[in-house]
Amino acid sequence: LAPWIPVVGLEIHAQISSNSKLFSGSQVQFAAPPNSLVSFFDASLPGTLPVLNRRCVEAAVMTGLALNCSINKKSLFDRKHYFYADLPAGYQITQQRVPIAVNGSLSYSFCIDNKMSQMVTKTVRIKQIQLEQDSGKSLHDGTRSQTLVDLNRAGVGLMEVVMEPDMCCGEEAAAAVRELQLILQTLGSSQAVMAEGQLRVDANVSVHHPGEPYGVRTEVKNINSIRFLAKAVDYEIQRQIEELENGGTILNETRAFDSKLGCTVPMRDKEGKQDYRFMPEPNLPPLILYDAKSLPANMNHQQVINIDWIHERLPDLPSVKREKLVEQYGILPEHSFTLLNEDGLAEFFESVAKQTQMKPKKVIGWILNDLLSYLKQHSLTVKESPVSSFLLADLLNLLEKKEISSTAAKQVLAELWKGEGKTPLEIVKEQKLELLQDQKELEQICQAVIDEQENQ
Amino acid sequence: QKVSVEVLDHLEHLALVDFRDSEGVERLQKAIQFADQLHEVNTDGVEPMDSVLEDRCLYLREDDVTEGNCTKDLLENAREKVEEYFVAPPGNIPLPKLEERDTFLQGS
Repeated sequence: LAPWIPVVGLEIHAQISSNSKLFSGSQVQFAAPPNSLVSFFDASLPGTLPVLNRRCVEAAVMTGLALNCSINKKSLFDRKHYFYADLPAGYQITQQRVPIAVNGSLSYSFCIDNKMSQMVTKTVRIKQIQLEQDSGKSLHDGTRSQTLVDLNRAGVGLMEVVMEPDMCCGEEAAAAVRELQLILQTLGSSQAVMAEGQLRVDANVSVHHPGEPYGVRTEVKNINSIRFLAKAVDYEIQRQIEELENGGTILNETRAFDSKLGCTVPMRDKEGKQDYRFMPEPNLPPLILYDAKSLPANMNHQQVINIDWIHERLPDLPSVKREKLVEQYGILPEHSFTLLNEDGLAEFFESVAKQTQMKPKKVIGWILNDLLSYLKQHSLTVKESPVSSFLLADLLNLLEKKEISSTAAKQVLAELWKGEGKTPLEIVKEQKLELLQDQKELEQICQAVIDEQENQ
Repeated sequence: QKVSVEVLDHLEHLALVDFRDSEGVERLQKAIQFADQLHEVNTDGVEPMDSVLEDRCLYLREDDVTEGNCTKDLLENAREKVEEYFVAPPGNIPLPKLEERDTFLQGS
């Protein structure tokens, strides 16, 4: 059987972290009474007009720069028409012709075979980033055969990040999205929490034989976590291969991922191919951005967005943070990945490293093997850790000064974990875990053990 | 060149317009003919303009919360509501197919 090459592309919608919406002054907030965060414009009442939120543009520029994109100094807004109850205007304002950023790239890494020791780095091309409106939320009431509509989310700013089909499996897709999530969170342009719908991913999947043209692709939606993204992509690849090997064909359709069954199913309500009748948004002139060279002399500050100014103020991206951790503390690259993968863990590690004489290369073991596994077992975040960086550093100092053995240190940590407010030293004294340094005393104990053995 | 029945049917589905009678279709044909005159102009190498506003400044608003909190006003317009939600049918109700709906286009 000829080998199959799976091809995976992603369309990611990230909710912009802002106080108000993209084109109106109503608030952006996750859980609020239905239809309380809705302005007349969001409800599409006649006579209302869109007014662009400066913060949303800045967020998109930051994200574009972080993803190595070319920022379009002139970008345009368009209307994408379709009918749905949670889209009151009957169209979404988006950027179809000329988006705000194009032609970028994202580097991501993952471990081969789940072994931390072998990390692979790949790159995926970013086709574009566009600004667009989010739709409202539909709650389907099957029993009463109706849909309840909440427009709180309608009009919230989104950045759509389009990744080219450079990925080949669920693992790559998951790693790429994870890295994007970390970047967005570092920039602050989106909080990118998938569980709260701030980051939504649709996957485009197809398979083909080497040397042949790309196969028909399907779009997979309703993926609610990074873990499910990997599962959904891998399932769809397998499904397509099996279908084709059995002589079937792949339909260019949209499928939903069913997380309970672990499979993709065709989505109903997709009546044939959609014709979105794109047209320029007549109420918005082109969006013009400036840089240091093109900065106009006499314009109001508040009306000018300077790409270079934003570039200079970008924070260290995750890849840079990792390099710095490896360089500064002599830890392995794999360690730096784990540190950044857990919210607050890198800061915790650095805090401990500063407060202890133990070498960072040894400290990292305690952070990644002991502390992290405790946290995982109890489903706690670093912030919720009953063991503070101060306490852990204190404990490691005892170990470093050889006042206790490493086995004893683990025992103390287990006790510290109970969060009863005792210091490491107090626990050591309580449980009599001090290392004996006295030669004579040690000899006496050893002799006693030998004697007992002989007696038995 | 006449607009085909397939295109008219497609338009009725997409935009939920109703051409109603031959006069409606004739009006559409005339509008297209009128717009087709644009093809007589040579636009080689000319950047298309989509709005006379293209040189206007796009106003940027500060990211402040200034609106919302008018649930009652908004729901006043709703024919049906349930606990401050708007009520809609369970899904889109597609326009029936050409053969199945009462339209003058069928006769064409």
